[in-house]
Order: sequence, then C-alpha cells, then structure tokens
Amino acid sequence: MSAVQVRQLRKHFRRRRQPPVVALDDVSFAVARGECVAVLGQNGSGKSTLVRLLSTLLLPDGGSASVFGHDVVRDERAVRGVVNRVSVEASFFKRMSAAENLSYAARFYGLGPSHTRHRIPEILERVGFPTDRASAPMEDLSRGMQQKVALARALLTSPTLLLLDEPTTGLDPRAKLEVQAFIREVRREHDTTTLLCTHDMAEAETLADRVGILDGGRLLALEESPALKRRYGAATLEDAFLAATGREFEDEEEAEEAA
Amino acid sequence: MSRRGAASQAPGGGVMGAVRLQAIALAGVVERNAYLVRRYGWWELAFFIWTVANTLTIVFIADGVEAAGGTLDVERQTTILLIGAVIWAYLGIVFEILTETVAWERWEGTIEYTFMAPLSRAVHLLGMGVFAVLYGVLRTAALFAVVALFFGLSFPDADFLAALVLLAVASISFVGIGMMTAVLPLISPEKGAQLGFIAQGLLLVVSGVYYPVEVMPGWMEALAAISPATYALEGIRAAVLDGAGLSELGGDLWPLALLGVVSIPLGLAVFRAGERYAKRNGKLKRSG
Repeated sequence: MSAVQVRQLRKHFRRRRQPPVVALDDVSFAVARGECVAVLGQNGSGKSTLVRLLSTLLLPDGGSASVFGHDVVRDERAVRGVVNRVSVEASFFKRMSAAENLSYAARFYGLGPSHTRHRIPEILERVGFPTDRASAPMEDLSRGMQQKVALARALLTSPTLLLLDEPTTGLDPRAKLEVQAFIREVRREHDTTTLLCTHDMAEAETLADRVGILDGGRLLALEESPALKRRYGAATLEDAFLAATGREFEDEEEAEEAA
Repeated sequence: MSRRGAASQAPGGGVMGAVRLQAIALAGVVERNAYLVRRYGWWELAFFIWTVANTLTIVFIADGVEAAGGTLDVERQTTILLIGAVIWAYLGIVFEILTETVAWERWEGTIEYTFMAPLSRAVHLLGMGVFAVLYGVLRTAALFAVVALFFGLSFPDADFLAALVLLAVASISFVGIGMMTAVLPLISPEKGAQLGFIAQGLLLVVSGVYYPVEVMPGWMEALAAISPATYALEGIRAAVLDGAGLSELGGDLWPLALLGVVSIPLGLAVFRAGERYAKRNGKLKRSG
C-alpha cells in the first residue's frame, strides 16, 4: 500500500464574473512509505491546493486521493489522525506561548497532559528551540524560531505523513539549514513519509528521493532528480524546470498576477 | 517519536480509545480558550468595565421613569431590567466565543491546523460551547453582583440555584444557535462575525428582554414562543424576584429542554453544511 495515492485529482475554484481557476488538473502520483517526494512549482501552480486536499481541508472536484489507504473525503477522520503539516506561515495564536500553543494542539490529537508535560520540552529542545523562551509569547519570537515551533507542533503528533508546504521560505540561511537538517533527521529516524512542496530547487534536490514539477495544476514529471535532468537534457534542476514549463522561477510574480 | 500518528494510537484503542481522544480534545478546546483569556487579561477587564457601563445605562431607566413622574416599583423594575441586561451580556459572550471558532482562528492563521486535526467537529464546537458557558456564567455573575451592589438591590426571596439551573438548560439552546452563527465567518470572512450580533439582537428583541412579551405585536409574540431566551428571562425573573423554585419553573424548563434537544443537532448540521461549502470553495483558510 502506498503512503499517498493520488488518482486523476482535479480542483478548480470559481470566481465571480471570471473564468474558474484550475488549481489541479488530472494529477496522479503515488508516494511510497518512508519516501520523500518534492513538488516544485511557482506560486499558483497548485502546490498548496494539493497539500490542502491531502489535509482534508478541501474537497476535490474529481478523482481521488488516499493516505495510507484512507480516502481523504470518505474517511477524513482517519486521514487527520496520521497527517500533519508545516506551511510557509507558522500560524499560531500569537499572544500565547510556544508551550501553550503546542499543548492545546497536542490535545486535539488525544495527547493528554501526562504525555505533553515532558514531551513538549523534549521536542522543543530537539528542534533547537531555546527552552527558556518556551513561555514567551509567539509574537516576541523570530520567524526562524516560530518555524521551529511549527515543526515541533507537527512532530509532536508523530505523523506518518508529513506535509511540508514551503517550510523554509523566508528563513535566514542558518535557520533554513537547521530546519532542513531536522527534516532529514526525522525521516532517517522515524520512517516518516514526506511530501515537500517548495520552489527552492536546492532544497528539493537535497531532501527528496524524487522531484516533481507542477505547473498550472498539471504534474509534468515526477522522477529522481538525475532522471528528471536527463529527461529535459538539463544540467540543473533550474534548467529542467525551465525546459518543462517554458518559464523561469523569476517569472513567479507574473504567474501569480495571472492566477 | 512513534511511527504511528498520535491519534491512531489512542490509549485503549477501539471505541474507548476514540472516546478518550475526543474527551482530551474537548479539554484542549477549553484549555486553549482559558490561555487566551489569561493572555488578554487587561482587555477582558476593559470589556467588563464596558459591559458594566452599558448595563448601568439600561438599569437607570427605572429611576428615570420615576423621576419623570411615573409610578412603579423601582426596585422590582430595576431588577427586571438588570436581569434583561445580564442575559443580553451572557448571550453576547456565548455567541462571540462560538463565532470565534472560525473568525479568530482565521485571523491568527491557525484555522487550517485546527480543522485538519482529528477532533470531531461536534466535540470542537461543544468544547467552545462549554468554555463559553463557563466563562459567560462567571462574567455575568460578576456583572450582576457589581450592578446589584451599585443600586443597593436586595433579593430576599431569590432562589439563585433555580435561576442557575434554568440558565444552564437555556444555554444548551444558546450554544446550538451559536453554532449556527459560528458558520457565518466561513461563508463571509469579512462580515460574518458581525452577523452574530444581529442574531443576538433579533433573538432578544422578540424575547422580552426589557419588557413583557405581551406588549409586542402578535407576530413577534409568536416568535417569542420559539425563542429560548423568552423562557430563560421569564424563569430567571421568577426565580430571582419571586423565589420560584425548580418545581414551579417547569413551564419554562420543558420548552427550554425541548429547544435544546432540537437546536444542538440543528446547529451542528448547519455548521457542517457551512464547512462543506468552505471546503468546496477554498474558504477554509487564513484571511491574511
């Protein structure tokens, strides 16, 4: 059984007095248990829609998606029990502390105080968060520290599928490396299946077993990085992306405006 | 870290494990709201002062009528107005907290994390309701005490226990209606939260908040018969002013229980329909 099985998944969003936006167009792929798959795409390419569909936050218009055999529409509670995510925005109650945010989030997954009392300080320490700041309001923490708490929140619930939606965007180089190292460590030690959506080519290449290119809602390719480069006769992932989509990442703002 | 998702390894497994998970999740909803009250402590104090001032403006009306030459039992009328104002404030707190189920989370950006967690939506909303009722009772009890002291009111015959039981039973319906208003920010992120205040106002205007329902036009009286606030106001006034005990409040308790049984499933169904709409149209996400 695949960890993730997506078949001909379609999603569009209606807009008032304008043609609908196609976010995902007939997307099919599978992710094996323990595998890390990166999906490259510009803003508006459908990456976040894919993550939201797998997180049960959106309903597809067609096709199907399942997580460890559980359909994301018919069996959403089971899916929710095994999935967690880290997205580009850390997203916390900003007046509350890291410990408070983690505490209530853990309760939503059935983890009681006897579990979290020790587990929260442990996991904060593991992600490199200074434990003496655990009681400080989130709004007083740097973006890098907030993102570490976001990682801790996801890992606290021991997800078997970790969805990472641009987890290092906006971080300084050092924080970025720390977060990436931790993602590698989690995967190595715990057999977590990871779907990484990013527009950071280097991140995709260093973290993922296979790399996909999502453009305009269509999955153009999904292969190991060397095979992907060979397919498009490219020396780098950037060149492969350019050959596949006909656009460079620098066109991102234009693509966003068009969407 | 375990290889299995936390929610899939709920202690006890099976039905007991699932029940335990949902019980812990419900406690988590209450815990989170308690943290928020603590973190916004000064704001809570400021809003309490505002509520006291607002209540005073209403309760002074009884003195004002007498000063203008009207003849009335000022103490009794003051208490009637005070109970109306306190129920108004209580309903405001319950609806506000339930509406924040979506509105505040959308603003903070946590909405996606909460809605993808394995707690059931019923438990999520009931957790918000439990907190709203607990917090609402504390706030409005304090409001009642402060204003009663201000006017030097005494309640020699009052049966406060009966009033509290009546409020608790009425709260089931209030939470059910609050669930329906909580869905509004899902449908309209910009204005949905404000629509909760409209629901509060409409509910109370037909329920005799500061006047007997008999003074309203016939069609409003008909609406009063299906409003839980009508029975809450009548019953609490009877308990506080006349010392009516639970045995004498059956005429208010039964309609409240019946409305509660209907309103909770209805509220859940409305919220689920709204959630489905939001998931279909991509509205279940942060607003900023």
